[in-house]
Amino acid sequence: MRRIVVVGASLAGLRAAQAARAAGFDGEIVLVGDEHHRPYTRPPLSKELLAGQQTPEGCGFPCEDLDVAWRLGVPASALDRERRTVVLADGDEVPYDRAIVATGCRARPWPGEGGDLPGVFTLRGIDDAIALRAAFEARPKVAIVGAGFVGCEVAATARKHDLDVTVIDIAPQPMLPLGPELGARCADLHRAHGVDLRLGAGVAGLRGGERVEAIELADGTTVDADVVVVALGALPNTEWLASSGLELDPGVACDPTLTSTTDPDVLAAGDAASWPHPLAGGERVRVEHWTVAAEHGQLAGRNAVAPAAERVAHTTPPYFWSDQYDVKIQAVGFPTRADALEILESTPDGGRFVAAGGRDGRLVGVVAFNAAKRLAWYRRQLAAGAAFDDVRQAVAADEGALGAPVGAAR
Amino acid sequence: MKVHVDMNLCQSHGECVIAAPDVFELGDDDVLVWKEDVPEERRAAVEEAANVCPMMAIRVED
Repeated sequence: MRRIVVVGASLAGLRAAQAARAAGFDGEIVLVGDEHHRPYTRPPLSKELLAGQQTPEGCGFPCEDLDVAWRLGVPASALDRERRTVVLADGDEVPYDRAIVATGCRARPWPGEGGDLPGVFTLRGIDDAIALRAAFEARPKVAIVGAGFVGCEVAATARKHDLDVTVIDIAPQPMLPLGPELGARCADLHRAHGVDLRLGAGVAGLRGGERVEAIELADGTTVDADVVVVALGALPNTEWLASSGLELDPGVACDPTLTSTTDPDVLAAGDAASWPHPLAGGERVRVEHWTVAAEHGQLAGRNAVAPAAERVAHTTPPYFWSDQYDVKIQAVGFPTRADALEILESTPDGGRFVAAGGRDGRLVGVVAFNAAKRLAWYRRQLAAGAAFDDVRQAVAADEGALGAPVGAAR
Repeated sequence: MKVHVDMNLCQSHGECVIAAPDVFELGDDDVLVWKEDVPEERRAAVEEAANVCPMMAIRVED
């Protein structure tokens, strides 16, 4: 084996290249990326970078010592498996012995009219964040469509700068994956910090002339806005694989070792990979979180240089977080798969708590608000496949727990 | 080897606690505590911890 081509030069692609080297691979590694930037970390884009507390350079991953051939600023346009070649948009072809797909996601664009008006932003890459930060300097009225992770974090950052912020979502609560009870707490949090939160509100359109001026809601009311942030989630960048014959769902369908179900010489990592996870009952999942990209990349890089029979499965419960105001929300596993999320422990003021949920009797997801130390214990239970009832009982008996949730008998 | 953590960067994600529980620990206040001198045989676990830190706050020195 002479050459590994990693398509996607963000966290997953970088970790894949590093892991292949760490595993002793001494052939050529080509790292293809559509952005001109070397790999950088994205979590600060909606927070520290947007707030001006972090520089763009400070977001870069250290990778000076990495022995790879960089092909930056050019997306891949096709994977020709018969000729074992990655075709780039500029016409260049890069032959591979193993290919690792780590092309990630892009922001879902505004689906209706007005999405191309000046003043309308999405936030995915570092250039988006720099542009939005510049727009914030004019102290605009900000309207955010979508109350998910990115929408809520941008709202918190904008409020930190004391900007006028409206957040609009068709859902009855922000942070939908957290379920209704925790979602209500998020709603309270944003309202307490001065966000005009419009829930259950559909958007009829983005209105403006030279630039965006307002959002028209489905009920006919309008929200004035100088800046609109469209935060409607992300779409996997796998269209370039349409002609490859690989199974797509729309992520690259993989086995537990992140190897394509179609081709053992193609692996996938990060947001673009879809793989069966034991905590999801063996169903294929696609997870768009930083730590999964890091773990996937590392594993895919290692597996790419191993014979098919020696490849290792990814089974770690996914971990993700969101920082909003003074609250660190951390979650492990698959909270959305739980029958319900139940608060198992809480400080008396409710400022710190842990909620957990089971499915088919097993713990499947945990969400903590400002309770990092406690979360570590739950993570071990998740990894061990603990029964939900056992977890509930263990927490109730644990003197190190935060305390009985308000209203619970103990 | 020596383990350094930049506490200006650390946000108590706890990834290191999972990777190397004998080296890293979160206190009751969720603030990280760690062992600065770590025997060589734990290098792989500590490097893994550094690798999975979302804040890139962990540095390992020989």
